[in-house]
Amino acid sequence: MQQASTSLSERSTVRRKPIKWDQLATIVGFLLPATLLYVGLVLLPVLQSIYFSFFRWNGLGPLQNFIGLGNYTRILGDRVFLNALGHNLLIVVLSIVIQLPLALGLALLVRGQMRGRSIFRMIFFLPFVLSEVVVGVIWNFVYKPQGGLVNTLLQMISPNSEPTAWLATPNTVLYAVFVVIAWKYFGYHMTLYLAGLQNIPTELEEAAQIDGCSRLQALRYITIPLLGSTIRLTIYLSVLGSLQLFDLVWVMTTGGPVGASDTMATYLYKYGFQRFQLGYGSAIAVIMFAICFGFSLIYQRVVMRRDFE
Amino acid sequence: MTTQQIRASRGYPDWLTTILQYVIAIFFAILVLIPLITTVIGGFKTNAELLLRPFGLPREWQFSNYTSVLVSEAFRRQLLNSTIVMVGTAIGVLLLSSMPAFVFSRMHFRGRDILFNFFTLGILFPLSVAILPLYITLRQLNLVDSHWGIILPQIAFGLPGNILILRGFFIALPRELDEAAAIDGCTPAGFFVRVLLPLMVPALAAVTVLTMVGSWNNFFLPLLVLNNEQLYTLPMGIMQFQGQFGTDWPRVLAFITLSLVPTIAFYLYAERYIVAGLTAGAVKG
Repeated sequence: MQQASTSLSERSTVRRKPIKWDQLATIVGFLLPATLLYVGLVLLPVLQSIYFSFFRWNGLGPLQNFIGLGNYTRILGDRVFLNALGHNLLIVVLSIVIQLPLALGLALLVRGQMRGRSIFRMIFFLPFVLSEVVVGVIWNFVYKPQGGLVNTLLQMISPNSEPTAWLATPNTVLYAVFVVIAWKYFGYHMTLYLAGLQNIPTELEEAAQIDGCSRLQALRYITIPLLGSTIRLTIYLSVLGSLQLFDLVWVMTTGGPVGASDTMATYLYKYGFQRFQLGYGSAIAVIMFAICFGFSLIYQRVVMRRDFE
Repeated sequence: MTTQQIRASRGYPDWLTTILQYVIAIFFAILVLIPLITTVIGGFKTNAELLLRPFGLPREWQFSNYTSVLVSEAFRRQLLNSTIVMVGTAIGVLLLSSMPAFVFSRMHFRGRDILFNFFTLGILFPLSVAILPLYITLRQLNLVDSHWGIILPQIAFGLPGNILILRGFFIALPRELDEAAAIDGCTPAGFFVRVLLPLMVPALAAVTVLTMVGSWNNFFLPLLVLNNEQLYTLPMGIMQFQGQFGTDWPRVLAFITLSLVPTIAFYLYAERYIVAGLTAGAVKG
């Protein structure tokens, strides 16, 4: 009896006395450091980007040269920027049309009971963990005009072919960069597809085949539709990644030759950090963000809506 | 009826599909591996041989490229710098995203959801949007040319996504734990450290491993923040090395190979955490 009553009173004191202060201290103590960093290094800079974008400013003196939307009209009238945007969009299209179907095909290939599938998965995913710089330099070697892997291979096939400077020719550079992007990232998308495929019971496909579907029909009418949410997700990630492309391009071409592989981000870097036009650079950043954000919003509302239930 | 029988009955000889499957898989595996393998082997060739025969084994194995990189102080310094930045970022992300994730999943107070949404808003902002003002802020804080200038922004930009992911894992832990801990007189902080964190080890491992890979590979921030060569991380070191020895490809390839060793070792060790973290992150994000 006594024991029961003490434990009961203990419980009520635990409930009443320390809880308020304890809770408050925990909430404040646990949130404060993260909030400071997040506000100081993410949120404020984003807002400042918008603010700076209305000025002409070299980053040193006071902000006083207010030019309204001047930077924006200048960007939207700049051929170089519009070309860079076009390059981003070309990479977006190539990624969706070539890279993602390839990743999906390979995911379908190495799922299930294939022997050695974990080794294949590991190899396919490997490039994703390598840094963009390492990958960029390796592919600089692969594309080298003299003694590079691609040209050497082509000359083995047809000895009279002229060596091509893949990264220094305006017509080939973007496709050459895209090959590297596909090489580095297809394993990532494949891994996402494999995770999605795990949630689809294989019995469904088998049942369809018993009912007279061919394997291709079973894929087309059962597996792929059931994988829909993953496919929509990979398209989303791939578009955002392509719109923000910087590292690989910077390492391989710095946007050259003569801007033929510039992306929005390399254009931003050149104006912001090489020419120190911080107002103009900020306006580029804001436009980039608006494009990404606009895409996210529309895509999530229209395409991914059914996946959020 | 087994799968094999079904396939056979539909007119596909089983051995044919199997062979086709392997041919395709091996073809793509070779495409992935050839640039990497020729890089490793290229480091053992002379410049002249690499130019003439980039494929194939070297006629005479040159070890000088590798030894010259290994003995160079710069390479070891860059390894150390990359490690410092990576460890600092990983510890910071782990602490500063698990604590808010705990508060947002386990504690009740007014405005909690607004505050949570305020944090997850950050997922929308890529680094490039904030980069110019961020650079100015870092300059004002005297963090340009210091490792903190990389570590702190990496933590800050890692917070929104990781808080979101970890909160999901915290919510999945049963409610009864809270009551049991309260009855035993555990403070919220004690409950977090002694009860929840040990249960979260797999999720925390996934988050940590991904953060480590991201930090190790980061190029954009070091490119902006670091001017002093003494502070260079490996990606910066590679860029500098390529600029310096651009025509001496075997040496560049040796440098690249040696910088790949820690990454690949880590990958072989932590692959399943990387994959688990990525799929959790992509699906939740």
